[in-house]
Amino acid sequence: MNQVSRAKPYLNPYLAGTLLGIVLFLAFFITGSGLGASGGLNRLLVYVQNGLNPEHIDQVAYLLKMAGGNSNPLDNWVVFMTIGTIFGGLISGLLGRRMKFETNKGPQISNGTRWLMAFIGGALMGYGARLARGCTSGQALSGGAVLSVGSWAFMFAVFGGAYALAYFFRKAWN
Amino acid sequence: MATFPLPLADLFGHWGSYLVYVVIGIAFGMTLESAGFGNSKLLAAQFYFKDMRVFKVMFTAIIVAMTLIFLSSAMGLLDYNLIYVPPTYLWPGIVGGLIMGVGFIIGGFCPGTSLVGMATGKIDALVFVGGVLFGIYLFGETVGSFATFFDSSDMGRFTLPELFNASYGVVVICIVVAALLIFLVAEKVEAMINDRPQQKLPGWSKPAAVALVALAGVVLVIGQPTSEDRWQSVASESQAKLEERAVQISSAEFLKYRDDTKIKIIPLDVREERYYNQFHLRGAVHVPLDQVQAKAKELHFELANTIFVTMSNDEEAATEAWKILRAESVPNIYILEGGINAWLKTYAADSLSEDDRVYNRQEDQLAYKFNAATGAHHPAAEPSPDELDLTYEPKVILELKRAPTSGGCG
Repeated sequence: MNQVSRAKPYLNPYLAGTLLGIVLFLAFFITGSGLGASGGLNRLLVYVQNGLNPEHIDQVAYLLKMAGGNSNPLDNWVVFMTIGTIFGGLISGLLGRRMKFETNKGPQISNGTRWLMAFIGGALMGYGARLARGCTSGQALSGGAVLSVGSWAFMFAVFGGAYALAYFFRKAWN
Repeated sequence: MATFPLPLADLFGHWGSYLVYVVIGIAFGMTLESAGFGNSKLLAAQFYFKDMRVFKVMFTAIIVAMTLIFLSSAMGLLDYNLIYVPPTYLWPGIVGGLIMGVGFIIGGFCPGTSLVGMATGKIDALVFVGGVLFGIYLFGETVGSFATFFDSSDMGRFTLPELFNASYGVVVICIVVAALLIFLVAEKVEAMINDRPQQKLPGWSKPAAVALVALAGVVLVIGQPTSEDRWQSVASESQAKLEERAVQISSAEFLKYRDDTKIKIIPLDVREERYYNQFHLRGAVHVPLDQVQAKAKELHFELANTIFVTMSNDEEAATEAWKILRAESVPNIYILEGGINAWLKTYAADSLSEDDRVYNRQEDQLAYKFNAATGAHHPAAEPSPDELDLTYEPKVILELKRAPTSGGCG
Protein backbone atom coordinates (compact mmCIF):
# COMPACT_ATOMS: atom_id res chain seq x y z
CA MET A 1 0.00 0.00 0.00
CA ASN A 2 2.85 2.32 -0.63
CA GLN A 3 0.69 4.71 -2.54
CA VAL A 4 1.22 7.75 -0.44
CA SER A 5 3.74 9.18 -2.89
CA ARG A 6 0.97 9.47 -5.45
CA ALA A 7 -1.59 10.69 -2.92
CA LYS A 8 -3.71 13.59 -4.07
CA PRO A 9 -3.64 16.63 -1.81
CA TYR A 10 -6.55 17.35 0.50
CA LEU A 11 -9.20 19.77 -0.68
CA ASN A 12 -8.95 23.46 0.02
CA PRO A 13 -10.56 23.79 3.48
CA TYR A 14 -13.09 26.40 2.34
CA LEU A 15 -14.14 24.18 -0.58
CA ALA A 16 -14.38 21.14 1.72
CA GLY A 17 -16.37 23.25 4.20
CA THR A 18 -18.77 24.38 1.49
CA LEU A 19 -19.33 20.78 0.38
CA LEU A 20 -19.82 19.69 3.99
CA GLY A 21 -22.27 22.55 4.47
CA ILE A 22 -24.28 21.41 1.45
CA VAL A 23 -24.33 17.81 2.73
CA LEU A 24 -25.47 19.08 6.14
CA PHE A 25 -28.18 21.21 4.56
CA LEU A 26 -29.42 18.29 2.45
CA ALA A 27 -29.48 16.04 5.53
CA PHE A 28 -31.74 18.60 7.25
CA PHE A 29 -33.78 19.21 4.15
CA ILE A 30 -34.47 15.54 3.44
CA THR A 31 -34.75 14.12 6.94
CA GLY A 32 -35.32 17.01 9.35
CA SER A 33 -32.31 16.03 11.44
CA GLY A 34 -28.69 16.76 10.83
CA LEU A 35 -25.57 14.61 10.85
CA GLY A 36 -24.31 12.32 13.58
CA ALA A 37 -21.52 9.92 14.36
CA SER A 38 -21.16 9.05 18.03
CA GLY A 39 -24.80 7.97 18.29
CA GLY A 40 -24.14 5.15 15.84
CA LEU A 41 -21.16 3.88 17.84
CA ASN A 42 -23.24 4.17 20.99
CA ARG A 43 -26.03 2.02 19.60
CA LEU A 44 -23.60 -0.53 18.23
CA LEU A 45 -22.10 -0.87 21.70
CA VAL A 46 -25.52 -1.19 23.34
CA TYR A 47 -26.40 -3.88 20.77
CA VAL A 48 -23.36 -5.92 21.78
CA GLN A 49 -24.02 -5.34 25.49
CA ASN A 50 -27.61 -6.41 25.02
CA GLY A 51 -26.45 -9.64 23.38
CA LEU A 52 -24.01 -10.41 26.18
CA ASN A 53 -26.03 -9.38 29.18
CA PRO A 54 -29.63 -8.32 28.52
CA GLU A 55 -30.54 -8.19 32.23
CA HIS A 56 -27.96 -5.50 32.75
CA ILE A 57 -29.54 -3.32 30.05
CA ASP A 58 -32.88 -3.58 31.81
CA GLN A 59 -31.34 -2.25 35.02
CA VAL A 60 -29.75 0.89 33.62
CA ALA A 61 -32.30 3.53 32.70
CA TYR A 62 -30.01 5.21 30.19
CA LEU A 63 -29.47 1.97 28.25
CA LEU A 64 -33.06 0.86 28.63
CA LYS A 65 -34.22 3.69 26.39
CA MET A 66 -32.33 2.20 23.47
CA ALA A 67 -32.56 -1.53 23.99
CA GLY A 68 -35.22 -2.26 26.61
CA GLY A 69 -37.65 -5.09 25.94
CA ASN A 70 -37.85 -5.90 22.28
CA SER A 71 -36.51 -2.66 20.89
CA ASN A 72 -33.51 -3.13 18.66
CA PRO A 73 -30.82 -0.53 19.31
CA LEU A 74 -29.72 -0.81 15.67
CA ASP A 75 -33.15 0.16 14.41
CA ASN A 76 -32.24 3.83 14.16
CA TRP A 77 -31.15 6.05 11.32
CA VAL A 78 -27.93 7.18 12.98
CA VAL A 79 -26.57 3.62 12.84
CA PHE A 80 -26.95 3.63 9.07
CA MET A 81 -25.43 7.07 8.75
CA THR A 82 -22.42 5.81 10.71
CA ILE A 83 -22.02 2.85 8.35
CA GLY A 84 -22.25 5.26 5.41
CA THR A 85 -19.64 7.56 6.95
CA ILE A 86 -17.12 4.72 7.17
CA PHE A 87 -17.79 3.74 3.54
CA GLY A 88 -17.59 7.36 2.44
CA GLY A 89 -14.19 7.71 4.09
CA LEU A 90 -13.04 4.54 2.38
CA ILE A 91 -14.26 5.65 -1.06
CA SER A 92 -12.69 9.08 -0.74
CA GLY A 93 -9.45 7.56 0.54
CA LEU A 94 -9.30 5.21 -2.45
CA LEU A 95 -10.12 7.96 -4.95
CA GLY A 96 -7.50 10.23 -3.42
CA ARG A 97 -4.98 7.35 -3.16
CA ARG A 98 -4.62 8.15 0.51
CA MET A 99 -5.17 4.62 1.82
CA LYS A 100 -2.21 3.72 3.95
CA PHE A 101 -1.66 1.77 7.14
CA GLU A 102 0.10 4.27 9.32
CA THR A 103 0.05 6.02 12.66
CA ASN A 104 0.01 9.80 12.51
CA LYS A 105 1.95 11.50 15.33
CA GLY A 106 4.64 13.96 16.14
CA PRO A 107 8.26 12.73 15.63
CA GLN A 108 9.11 12.82 19.35
CA ILE A 109 6.84 10.03 20.57
CA SER A 110 6.69 6.30 19.82
CA ASN A 111 3.79 4.51 18.15
CA GLY A 112 2.96 2.87 21.48
CA THR A 113 2.65 6.24 23.23
CA ARG A 114 0.52 7.52 20.38
CA TRP A 115 -1.83 4.54 20.61
CA LEU A 116 -2.15 4.90 24.37
CA MET A 117 -2.98 8.58 23.90
CA ALA A 118 -5.47 7.73 21.16
CA PHE A 119 -7.25 5.32 23.48
CA ILE A 120 -7.36 7.74 26.42
CA GLY A 121 -8.42 10.63 24.19
CA GLY A 122 -11.06 8.45 22.57
CA ALA A 123 -12.43 7.41 25.95
CA LEU A 124 -12.65 11.06 27.03
CA MET A 125 -14.33 11.92 23.72
CA GLY A 126 -16.83 9.10 24.08
CA TYR A 127 -17.62 10.00 27.68
CA GLY A 128 -17.88 13.72 26.97
CA ALA A 129 -20.03 13.17 23.90
CA ARG A 130 -22.60 11.24 25.89
CA LEU A 131 -22.58 13.82 28.68
CA ALA A 132 -23.01 16.67 26.18
CA ARG A 133 -25.68 14.70 24.30
CA GLY A 134 -23.74 14.93 21.10
CA CYS A 135 -20.42 14.98 19.43
CA THR A 136 -18.77 17.41 17.10
CA SER A 137 -21.05 16.33 14.24
CA GLY A 138 -24.38 16.07 16.02
CA GLN A 139 -24.01 18.98 18.43
CA ALA A 140 -21.48 21.46 17.11
CA LEU A 141 -22.02 21.12 13.37
CA SER A 142 -25.73 20.25 13.16
CA GLY A 143 -26.88 22.15 16.24
CA GLY A 144 -24.67 25.10 15.33
CA ALA A 145 -26.24 25.42 11.87
CA VAL A 146 -29.78 25.48 13.31
CA LEU A 147 -28.70 28.02 15.95
CA SER A 148 -29.15 25.99 19.14
CA VAL A 149 -27.77 27.95 22.12
CA GLY A 150 -26.52 24.78 23.78
CA SER A 151 -24.68 23.69 20.65
CA TRP A 152 -22.81 26.98 20.40
CA ALA A 153 -21.86 26.89 24.08
CA PHE A 154 -20.71 23.30 23.56
CA MET A 155 -18.63 24.27 20.53
CA PHE A 156 -16.75 26.96 22.44
CA ALA A 157 -16.20 24.51 25.30
CA VAL A 158 -14.61 21.93 22.96
CA PHE A 159 -12.23 24.47 21.43
CA GLY A 160 -11.59 25.91 24.89
CA GLY A 161 -10.74 22.53 26.40
CA ALA A 162 -8.39 21.65 23.55
CA TYR A 163 -6.59 25.01 23.47
CA ALA A 164 -6.23 25.06 27.25
CA LEU A 165 -4.26 21.82 27.27
CA ALA A 166 -2.54 22.10 23.88
CA TYR A 167 0.68 23.43 25.44
CA PHE A 168 1.10 20.38 27.67
CA PHE A 169 0.74 17.98 24.77
CA ARG A 170 2.89 19.89 22.29
CA LYS A 171 5.51 17.15 22.19
CA ALA A 172 2.97 14.62 21.03
CA TRP A 173 2.16 16.56 17.90
CA ASN A 174 5.15 18.69 16.97
CA MET B 1 -44.89 22.59 3.83
CA ALA B 2 -46.82 19.39 3.87
CA THR B 3 -43.98 17.39 2.37
CA PHE B 4 -41.32 18.37 4.88
CA PRO B 5 -39.51 16.33 6.12
CA LEU B 6 -39.88 13.78 3.31
CA PRO B 7 -41.97 10.81 4.45
CA LEU B 8 -39.05 8.46 3.86
CA ALA B 9 -40.62 5.47 5.60
CA ASP B 10 -43.74 5.75 3.42
CA LEU B 11 -41.66 6.08 0.28
CA PHE B 12 -39.11 3.32 0.86
CA GLY B 13 -40.41 1.26 3.76
CA HIS B 14 -39.03 1.22 7.31
CA TRP B 15 -35.64 -0.37 6.63
CA GLY B 16 -35.53 0.88 3.03
CA SER B 17 -35.63 4.45 4.27
CA TYR B 18 -32.36 3.81 6.08
CA LEU B 19 -30.65 3.58 2.69
CA VAL B 20 -31.12 7.32 2.38
CA TYR B 21 -29.14 7.73 5.60
CA VAL B 22 -26.42 5.44 4.27
CA VAL B 23 -26.12 7.71 1.22
CA ILE B 24 -26.01 10.85 3.38
CA GLY B 25 -23.40 9.13 5.55
CA ILE B 26 -21.28 8.33 2.49
CA ALA B 27 -21.39 11.96 1.39
CA PHE B 28 -20.48 13.01 4.95
CA GLY B 29 -17.57 10.55 5.12
CA MET B 30 -16.25 11.59 1.71
CA THR B 31 -16.22 15.29 2.57
CA LEU B 32 -14.56 14.64 5.94
CA GLU B 33 -11.85 12.52 4.39
CA SER B 34 -11.16 14.84 1.48
CA ALA B 35 -10.92 17.73 3.94
CA GLY B 36 -8.00 15.92 5.56
CA PHE B 37 -9.90 14.97 8.70
CA GLY B 38 -8.71 11.38 8.62
CA ASN B 39 -5.27 12.58 9.64
CA SER B 40 -4.88 13.23 13.37
CA LYS B 41 -1.72 15.27 13.00
CA LEU B 42 -3.46 17.67 10.67
CA LEU B 43 -6.42 17.92 13.08
CA ALA B 44 -4.16 18.61 16.05
CA ALA B 45 -2.29 21.31 14.09
CA GLN B 46 -5.40 23.45 14.66
CA PHE B 47 -4.50 23.83 18.30
CA TYR B 48 -0.98 25.07 17.57
CA PHE B 49 -2.29 27.57 14.98
CA LYS B 50 -0.23 25.84 12.30
CA ASP B 51 -3.10 24.71 10.14
CA MET B 52 -6.52 26.05 11.08
CA ARG B 53 -8.26 23.60 8.80
CA VAL B 54 -10.64 22.25 11.47
CA PHE B 55 -11.88 25.71 12.21
CA LYS B 56 -12.16 26.74 8.55
CA VAL B 57 -13.99 23.62 7.40
CA MET B 58 -16.34 23.59 10.36
CA PHE B 59 -17.35 27.21 10.23
CA THR B 60 -17.65 27.25 6.45
CA ALA B 61 -19.96 24.24 6.73
CA ILE B 62 -21.99 25.90 9.49
CA ILE B 63 -22.48 29.21 7.68
CA VAL B 64 -23.31 27.54 4.35
CA ALA B 65 -25.80 25.08 5.89
CA MET B 66 -27.30 27.75 8.17
CA THR B 67 -27.86 30.20 5.32
CA LEU B 68 -29.44 27.53 3.11
CA ILE B 69 -31.67 26.26 5.95
CA PHE B 70 -33.03 29.68 6.86
CA LEU B 71 -33.36 30.67 3.21
CA SER B 72 -35.47 27.55 2.58
CA SER B 73 -37.49 28.29 5.69
CA ALA B 74 -38.07 31.90 4.58
CA MET B 75 -39.27 30.61 1.22
CA GLY B 76 -41.62 28.11 2.84
CA LEU B 77 -39.74 25.07 1.52
CA LEU B 78 -38.77 23.78 4.92
CA ASP B 79 -40.49 23.97 8.31
CA TYR B 80 -38.04 25.11 10.97
CA ASN B 81 -40.44 23.90 13.68
CA LEU B 82 -39.99 20.37 12.41
CA ILE B 83 -36.20 20.61 12.25
CA TYR B 84 -34.35 18.91 15.05
CA VAL B 85 -32.71 21.59 17.14
CA PRO B 86 -30.63 19.89 19.85
CA PRO B 87 -32.20 20.84 23.19
CA THR B 88 -30.01 23.00 25.39
CA TYR B 89 -28.77 21.39 28.59
CA LEU B 90 -26.31 24.17 29.26
CA TRP B 91 -23.98 22.85 31.96
CA PRO B 92 -23.83 19.18 30.98
CA GLY B 93 -23.13 20.46 27.45
CA ILE B 94 -20.30 22.74 28.57
CA VAL B 95 -18.69 20.18 30.87
CA GLY B 96 -19.06 17.47 28.22
CA GLY B 97 -17.58 19.87 25.66
CA LEU B 98 -14.55 20.61 27.87
CA ILE B 99 -13.96 16.88 28.40
CA MET B 100 -14.20 16.39 24.64
CA GLY B 101 -11.77 19.23 24.01
CA VAL B 102 -9.25 17.52 26.28
CA GLY B 103 -9.94 14.25 24.49
CA PHE B 104 -9.37 16.02 21.18
CA ILE B 105 -5.89 17.29 22.03
CA ILE B 106 -4.85 13.97 23.60
CA GLY B 107 -6.47 11.64 21.09
CA GLY B 108 -6.27 13.74 17.95
CA PHE B 109 -9.71 12.95 16.60
CA CYS B 110 -13.38 13.48 17.25
CA PRO B 111 -15.79 10.56 16.81
CA GLY B 112 -16.79 11.38 13.21
CA THR B 113 -13.25 12.01 11.99
CA SER B 114 -11.93 8.86 13.67
CA LEU B 115 -14.35 6.83 11.56
CA VAL B 116 -12.89 8.11 8.29
CA GLY B 117 -9.36 7.84 9.71
CA MET B 118 -10.07 4.20 10.52
CA ALA B 119 -11.51 3.64 7.04
CA THR B 120 -8.32 4.91 5.42
CA GLY B 121 -6.05 2.67 7.45
CA LYS B 122 -4.91 4.97 10.25
CA ILE B 123 -4.05 2.73 13.17
CA ASP B 124 -4.27 5.55 15.72
CA ALA B 125 -7.84 6.15 14.50
CA LEU B 126 -8.75 2.51 15.03
CA VAL B 127 -7.41 2.62 18.59
CA PHE B 128 -9.24 5.91 19.12
CA VAL B 129 -12.55 4.33 18.05
CA GLY B 130 -11.89 1.60 20.62
CA GLY B 131 -11.38 4.32 23.21
CA VAL B 132 -14.63 6.05 22.21
CA LEU B 133 -16.55 2.80 22.65
CA PHE B 134 -14.94 2.34 26.06
CA GLY B 135 -15.83 5.92 27.05
CA ILE B 136 -19.43 5.45 25.97
CA TYR B 137 -19.58 2.19 27.91
CA LEU B 138 -18.19 3.93 30.98
CA PHE B 139 -20.76 6.68 30.65
CA GLY B 140 -23.64 4.20 30.50
CA GLU B 141 -22.35 2.59 33.69
CA THR B 142 -21.79 5.80 35.65
CA VAL B 143 -24.50 8.22 34.51
CA GLY B 144 -26.82 6.87 37.20
CA SER B 145 -24.63 8.43 39.89
CA PHE B 146 -24.99 11.96 38.53
CA ALA B 147 -28.39 11.78 36.85
CA THR B 148 -29.43 15.10 38.43
CA PHE B 149 -26.56 16.97 36.87
CA PHE B 150 -27.06 15.19 33.53
CA ASP B 151 -30.62 16.50 33.36
CA SER B 152 -29.89 19.94 34.84
CA SER B 153 -30.16 23.37 33.17
CA ASP B 154 -32.64 22.00 30.67
CA MET B 155 -33.73 24.94 28.52
CA GLY B 156 -35.44 22.87 25.85
CA ARG B 157 -35.37 24.12 22.29
CA PHE B 158 -33.57 27.40 22.77
CA THR B 159 -32.09 29.31 19.85
CA LEU B 160 -29.60 32.16 19.52
CA PRO B 161 -32.20 34.59 18.10
CA GLU B 162 -34.32 33.92 21.20
CA LEU B 163 -31.30 34.46 23.44
CA PHE B 164 -30.38 37.78 21.82
CA ASN B 165 -33.97 38.75 21.14
CA ALA B 166 -33.11 39.39 17.49
CA SER B 167 -34.63 38.13 14.27
CA TYR B 168 -33.30 34.99 12.61
CA GLY B 169 -32.18 37.05 9.62
CA VAL B 170 -30.05 39.37 11.77
CA VAL B 171 -28.39 36.47 13.59
CA VAL B 172 -27.72 34.61 10.33
CA ILE B 173 -26.06 37.57 8.63
CA CYS B 174 -24.04 38.45 11.75
CA ILE B 175 -22.67 34.91 12.02
CA VAL B 176 -21.81 34.79 8.30
CA VAL B 177 -19.95 38.10 8.40
CA ALA B 178 -18.19 37.25 11.69
CA ALA B 179 -17.04 33.89 10.32
CA LEU B 180 -15.69 35.47 7.13
CA LEU B 181 -13.75 38.06 9.13
CA ILE B 182 -12.33 35.37 11.41
CA PHE B 183 -11.21 33.44 8.33
CA LEU B 184 -9.14 36.45 7.26
CA VAL B 185 -7.55 36.57 10.71
CA ALA B 186 -6.91 32.80 10.60
CA GLU B 187 -5.01 33.20 7.33
CA LYS B 188 -2.80 35.88 8.87
CA VAL B 189 -2.19 33.82 12.02
CA GLU B 190 -1.20 30.76 9.99
CA ALA B 191 1.27 32.81 7.94
CA MET B 192 2.75 34.31 11.10
CA ILE B 193 3.12 31.01 13.01
CA ASN B 194 4.61 29.20 10.01
CA ASP B 195 6.76 32.22 9.17
CA ARG B 196 5.74 32.31 5.54
CA PRO B 197 3.89 34.75 3.31
CA GLN B 198 0.13 34.55 3.46
CA GLN B 199 -1.28 31.84 1.21
CA LYS B 200 -3.16 33.05 -1.81
CA LEU B 201 -6.85 32.25 -1.55
CA PRO B 202 -8.40 30.52 -4.56
CA GLY B 203 -9.99 32.84 -7.13
CA TRP B 204 -13.53 31.69 -6.40
CA SER B 205 -13.34 32.42 -2.70
CA LYS B 206 -14.16 36.13 -2.90
CA PRO B 207 -17.21 35.80 -5.18
CA ALA B 208 -18.37 32.85 -3.03
CA ALA B 209 -18.08 34.91 0.13
CA VAL B 210 -19.98 37.80 -1.47
CA ALA B 211 -22.67 35.39 -2.69
CA LEU B 212 -23.09 33.92 0.78
CA VAL B 213 -23.45 37.35 2.38
CA ALA B 214 -25.98 38.23 -0.33
CA LEU B 215 -28.00 35.09 0.39
CA ALA B 216 -27.93 35.87 4.11
CA GLY B 217 -29.16 39.35 3.14
CA VAL B 218 -32.08 37.75 1.29
CA VAL B 219 -32.89 35.74 4.44
CA LEU B 220 -32.91 39.00 6.39
CA VAL B 221 -35.13 40.80 3.86
CA ILE B 222 -37.69 38.03 3.38
CA GLY B 223 -37.82 37.19 7.09
CA GLN B 224 -39.01 33.97 8.65
CA PRO B 225 -42.69 33.03 8.33
CA THR B 226 -44.86 34.69 10.98
CA SER B 227 -47.61 32.82 12.83
CA GLU B 228 -50.01 34.39 10.36
CA ASP B 229 -47.99 33.11 7.36
CA ARG B 230 -47.76 29.69 8.92
CA TRP B 231 -51.51 29.61 9.45
CA GLN B 232 -52.14 30.75 5.87
CA SER B 233 -50.12 27.85 4.53
CA VAL B 234 -52.37 25.33 6.27
CA ALA B 235 -55.56 27.40 6.50
CA SER B 236 -57.67 25.92 3.71
CA GLU B 237 -57.04 22.33 4.72
CA SER B 238 -57.44 23.06 8.42
CA GLN B 239 -60.56 25.19 8.06
CA ALA B 240 -62.16 22.33 6.14
CA LYS B 241 -61.35 19.90 8.94
CA LEU B 242 -62.90 22.22 11.51
CA GLU B 243 -66.04 22.62 9.44
CA GLU B 244 -66.38 18.89 8.80
CA ARG B 245 -65.92 18.47 12.56
CA ALA B 246 -63.19 15.95 11.84
CA VAL B 247 -61.03 17.08 14.76
CA GLN B 248 -63.62 17.59 17.50
CA ILE B 249 -63.46 14.40 19.55
CA SER B 250 -66.19 13.27 21.93
CA SER B 251 -65.59 12.83 25.63
CA ALA B 252 -65.99 9.05 25.20
CA GLU B 253 -63.18 8.92 22.66
CA PHE B 254 -61.08 11.08 24.98
CA LEU B 255 -61.60 8.58 27.81
CA LYS B 256 -60.72 5.67 25.55
CA TYR B 257 -57.29 7.15 24.84
CA ARG B 258 -56.83 8.31 28.42
CA ASP B 259 -56.99 4.66 29.49
CA ASP B 260 -54.91 3.33 26.61
CA THR B 261 -51.41 2.63 27.92
CA LYS B 262 -49.91 2.85 24.43
CA ILE B 263 -51.16 6.40 23.96
CA LYS B 264 -50.31 9.48 25.97
CA ILE B 265 -53.07 12.06 26.01
CA ILE B 266 -52.37 15.62 27.11
CA PRO B 267 -55.45 17.75 27.82
CA LEU B 268 -54.65 21.43 27.23
CA ASP B 269 -57.06 23.59 29.19
CA VAL B 270 -56.99 27.06 27.62
CA ARG B 271 -59.56 28.76 29.85
CA GLU B 272 -59.05 31.61 32.29
CA GLU B 273 -57.48 30.62 35.57
CA ARG B 274 -60.66 31.02 37.62
CA TYR B 275 -62.50 28.49 35.47
CA TYR B 276 -59.57 26.13 35.63
CA ASN B 277 -59.55 26.37 39.42
CA GLN B 278 -63.27 25.75 39.64
CA PHE B 279 -63.10 22.56 37.64
CA HIS B 280 -60.72 20.85 35.29
CA LEU B 281 -60.06 17.35 34.01
CA ARG B 282 -57.57 15.26 35.92
CA GLY B 283 -54.18 15.76 34.30
CA ALA B 284 -55.22 18.85 32.36
CA VAL B 285 -52.38 21.30 31.72
CA HIS B 286 -53.42 24.92 32.15
CA VAL B 287 -52.29 26.97 29.15
CA PRO B 288 -54.14 30.30 28.83
CA LEU B 289 -54.82 31.23 25.23
CA ASP B 290 -52.10 33.89 25.10
CA GLN B 291 -49.47 31.33 26.13
CA VAL B 292 -50.41 28.61 23.65
CA GLN B 293 -47.96 29.83 21.03
CA ALA B 294 -45.03 29.63 23.45
CA LYS B 295 -46.15 26.21 24.65
CA ALA B 296 -46.00 24.77 21.12
CA LYS B 297 -42.21 24.42 21.28
CA GLU B 298 -42.45 22.17 24.32
CA LEU B 299 -45.15 20.05 22.77
CA HIS B 300 -42.85 19.19 19.86
CA PHE B 301 -40.65 17.29 22.30
CA GLU B 302 -43.42 14.92 23.39
CA LEU B 303 -43.22 11.36 22.14
CA ALA B 304 -44.81 10.44 18.81
CA ASN B 305 -47.67 8.55 20.46
CA THR B 306 -49.02 11.68 22.14
CA ILE B 307 -52.44 13.20 21.44
CA PHE B 308 -53.12 16.80 22.44
CA VAL B 309 -56.70 17.85 23.17
CA THR B 310 -57.52 21.52 23.56
CA MET B 311 -60.52 22.45 25.67
CA SER B 312 -62.45 25.52 26.75
CA ASN B 313 -65.90 25.95 28.29
CA ASP B 314 -67.51 25.67 24.89
CA GLU B 315 -65.37 25.35 21.79
CA GLU B 316 -64.44 28.89 20.85
CA ALA B 317 -61.13 29.34 22.69
CA ALA B 318 -60.24 25.69 22.18
CA THR B 319 -60.63 26.16 18.43
CA GLU B 320 -58.39 29.24 18.54
CA ALA B 321 -55.76 27.24 20.41
CA TRP B 322 -56.11 24.42 17.90
CA LYS B 323 -55.43 26.84 15.04
CA ILE B 324 -52.35 28.25 16.75
CA LEU B 325 -50.90 24.79 17.40
CA ARG B 326 -51.82 23.64 13.90
CA ALA B 327 -49.94 26.61 12.44
CA GLU B 328 -46.94 25.65 14.57
CA SER B 329 -47.06 22.13 13.05
CA VAL B 330 -47.84 20.34 16.31
CA PRO B 331 -49.07 16.87 15.32
CA ASN B 332 -52.09 14.91 16.63
CA ILE B 333 -54.04 17.84 17.92
CA TYR B 334 -57.79 17.67 18.62
CA ILE B 335 -60.55 19.68 20.27
CA LEU B 336 -62.83 18.41 23.04
CA GLU B 337 -66.28 18.37 21.48
CA GLY B 338 -68.66 20.68 23.31
CA GLY B 339 -65.91 21.63 25.75
CA ILE B 340 -66.09 21.47 29.53
CA ASN B 341 -69.77 22.38 29.51
CA ALA B 342 -70.68 19.30 27.50
CA TRP B 343 -68.37 17.26 29.70
CA LEU B 344 -70.09 18.42 32.88
CA LYS B 345 -73.48 17.81 31.36
CA THR B 346 -72.46 14.21 30.65
CA TYR B 347 -70.45 13.27 33.71
CA ALA B 348 -71.66 15.60 36.47
CA ALA B 349 -75.38 15.11 36.00
CA ASP B 350 -75.67 13.64 39.50
CA SER B 351 -73.68 16.23 41.38
CA LEU B 352 -74.76 19.40 39.61
CA SER B 353 -78.41 20.30 39.86
CA GLU B 354 -80.51 22.65 37.81
CA ASP B 355 -79.88 25.33 40.46
CA ASP B 356 -76.23 25.34 39.53
CA ARG B 357 -76.89 26.14 35.92
CA VAL B 358 -75.99 29.55 34.58
CA TYR B 359 -78.63 30.88 32.27
CA ASN B 360 -78.21 33.61 29.67
CA ARG B 361 -74.50 32.98 29.61
CA GLN B 362 -72.19 34.16 26.89
CA GLU B 363 -70.30 31.91 24.50
CA ASP B 364 -67.42 30.07 26.18
CA GLN B 365 -68.52 30.85 29.74
CA LEU B 366 -68.87 28.05 32.24
CA ALA B 367 -72.45 26.75 32.23
CA TYR B 368 -72.41 25.77 35.90
CA LYS B 369 -71.77 27.60 39.12
CA PHE B 370 -69.11 26.20 41.40
CA ASN B 371 -69.04 27.45 44.97
CA ALA B 372 -65.52 26.24 45.59
CA ALA B 373 -62.36 25.70 43.62
CA THR B 374 -62.76 21.98 43.15
CA GLY B 375 -59.99 21.74 40.57
CA ALA B 376 -59.52 18.11 39.64
CA HIS B 377 -61.06 16.82 42.89
CA HIS B 378 -64.54 16.87 41.50
CA PRO B 379 -65.79 13.34 40.71
CA ALA B 380 -66.41 14.35 37.11
CA ALA B 381 -62.72 15.20 36.66
CA GLU B 382 -61.85 11.55 36.28
CA PRO B 383 -64.91 9.57 35.26
CA SER B 384 -64.79 5.90 34.45
CA PRO B 385 -65.50 5.22 30.79
CA ASP B 386 -67.77 2.32 31.70
CA GLU B 387 -70.00 4.47 33.84
CA LEU B 388 -72.00 5.60 30.85
CA ASP B 389 -71.99 3.41 27.82
CA LEU B 390 -71.56 6.11 25.21
CA THR B 391 -71.14 5.43 21.55
CA TYR B 392 -69.05 7.77 19.48
CA GLU B 393 -67.71 8.29 16.03
CA PRO B 394 -63.92 7.71 16.18
CA LYS B 395 -62.02 10.65 14.77
CA VAL B 396 -58.46 10.31 16.00
CA ILE B 397 -56.03 9.25 13.29
CA LEU B 398 -52.69 8.91 15.01
CA GLU B 399 -50.00 10.53 12.94
CA LEU B 400 -46.65 9.05 13.88
CA LYS B 401 -44.69 11.16 11.43
CA ARG B 402 -43.41 14.12 13.32
CA ALA B 403 -40.42 16.25 14.06
CA PRO B 404 -37.37 14.18 14.88
CA THR B 405 -37.05 14.00 18.63
CA SER B 406 -33.46 12.88 18.53
CA GLY B 407 -30.48 14.06 16.59
CA GLY B 408 -27.39 12.27 15.48
CA CYS B 409 -26.35 11.39 18.94
CA GLY B 410 -29.42 9.70 20.37
